[in-house]
Amino acid sequence: MEENKTLYTVSASPHAKNSTGVTGVMLDVIIALLPAGIMGAVTFGLRALAVIGVCVGSAVLFEFLYTKIMKKPTTLGDLSAVVTGLLLAYNLPVGIPFWMCVIGSFAAIVVVKQFFGGLGQNFANPAITARIVLLVSFAGAMTAYPASVLPDAVTGATPLGVLGTLPAKEAAAQIGAWTANGELPTLTQMAFGIRGGCIGEVCGAALLLGGLYLLIRRVINWRIPVCYLGTVAVFMLIASGFDLTYTAYELLSGGLLLGAIFMATDYTTSPINKTGKLVFGIGCGLLTCVIRLYGSLPEGVSYSILLMNILTPLIEKATMPKYFGKTKKKKAKEGKAA
Amino acid sequence: MAETKKISYGHELTKGILKENPVLRLVLGTCPTLATSTSVVNGVGMGIAATIVLVCSNIVISALRKVIPSKARIPAYIVVIASFVTMVQMLVKAFVPALDKSLGVFLPLIVVNCIILGRAEAFAGKNPVLASACDGLGMGIGFTAALFCMGTVREILGAGTFLSGIDTMIGSFVDLKGFTGFDFSEGLANIGLAPMTLFILPAGGFFVFGMLMALVNRLAEKKGKPKAALEGCKGCPHAAACAMCELPGEQTPEDPEKKEAATV
Repeated sequence: MEENKTLYTVSASPHAKNSTGVTGVMLDVIIALLPAGIMGAVTFGLRALAVIGVCVGSAVLFEFLYTKIMKKPTTLGDLSAVVTGLLLAYNLPVGIPFWMCVIGSFAAIVVVKQFFGGLGQNFANPAITARIVLLVSFAGAMTAYPASVLPDAVTGATPLGVLGTLPAKEAAAQIGAWTANGELPTLTQMAFGIRGGCIGEVCGAALLLGGLYLLIRRVINWRIPVCYLGTVAVFMLIASGFDLTYTAYELLSGGLLLGAIFMATDYTTSPINKTGKLVFGIGCGLLTCVIRLYGSLPEGVSYSILLMNILTPLIEKATMPKYFGKTKKKKAKEGKAA
Repeated sequence: MAETKKISYGHELTKGILKENPVLRLVLGTCPTLATSTSVVNGVGMGIAATIVLVCSNIVISALRKVIPSKARIPAYIVVIASFVTMVQMLVKAFVPALDKSLGVFLPLIVVNCIILGRAEAFAGKNPVLASACDGLGMGIGFTAALFCMGTVREILGAGTFLSGIDTMIGSFVDLKGFTGFDFSEGLANIGLAPMTLFILPAGGFFVFGMLMALVNRLAEKKGKPKAALEGCKGCPHAAACAMCELPGEQTPEDPEKKEAATV
């Protein structure tokens, strides 16, 4: 009888299950984030590790304190606070005072995540929102990008800051001169993180490696990152008059890879539908390009992801799949009646 | 109709401070609240100006309540309110020009402040003169108190100052002996801290507003008063599009909290 019971369990779908839980997914994300963090520490020195430690530690502490004070079941085991802390640290410049990191963690964990009901309930990505809170509050400290500690690193402004000084077409023509006089790193330096910027965003190769790992583990779907990066590439190609070098610089600079691979793909704040994911990625890309080229800010990745986060419920509604068997004709009639 | 009911002046006066605080419990007048609470002095100046208008308009509207035809009451109320706002604005311009400058368009906009029209509609149009004056004063004090609290939090956290600019506001009436408000920003800088500009910006204003509402809800809840509920997901502008909550029009009677909120 016992055997029969287990054989014929009647339950609602899904019937095929595996053991991957939230903890497993978060662990995969942490593993995927490691190379970028290591490269950040190589580029900027040990203080990068200290910033990462403070962010992760304070994020975990705030998660613990909040669940304790509100008498909720503790959620430390799902590692989501660690991921949020890591992503926040990757979005900060290395020279940021530690108390600002703690305020950022508070904004991410307590305000954005827990006030809205905890993991899976937040309407915006906690790390992105915390970065914006810090950027708006402490503009000076958040945009002071120290140069890499590595030899022959380019000092001074970030690549985006340099590229943003001229309109796209003129900047594209100027790249050769900028790299020659040391204002702009070469493309190889850009790819391996020898440039100014935030801790986790500088090494494009490490971020792509992490993204590849997540794709292979099927933690993230290709749609959002590919659409995001593709849109930026197409937009920049057109804006620069089909200059491939300029486009490559735009793709590798700023927080674009970090944002596209790790933050735009957040389950809670991006659409579930396949079409919705495409719309989300393209929207992020367009907003990023518009802010970069026409806005007063040099970088727009965080703002574009936040804006698309807010639009997610509407995208979800617009791209909701039709019921099987429901015809288009009927739909049109309904539309007319309404 | 309501005049047959016994009126407690003390109750009318005190209800606006916490229990029916216009900003934090009735969620009225949020626009001037968010716009002028960037500093304590601005906020309190706005609060006092609105209180004067509120008391005067409540008295006049209450006195005229039997003359004003109910179909044309809104234009009539607006005319009364606008007259008082014009007077207050002229007085402010004459005696406290600094306040007029910093409040800018929000001073004439008291005309359309929903607290004032709301009290005219909900109270002064139905109640006798003295009770309406008490109601207006209580609501005005509640509005000013809410602005003071928000201004305090936003100014200290956002700019690192407290009561800054007080000399330009009341300096011509009171001898302040050179006091121009507290400034912590230097002291903060000495220990490596800096004020968070976010709190001066609208986003920080909304955040402080939400926190204060939660706090006042908690205080009122302790006294056994119902919450100023936004009805959970239904209050969210995304409710119709959101996949997280029930579709519009669908009721969830099994949710006891919502049922309670609906009945009160």
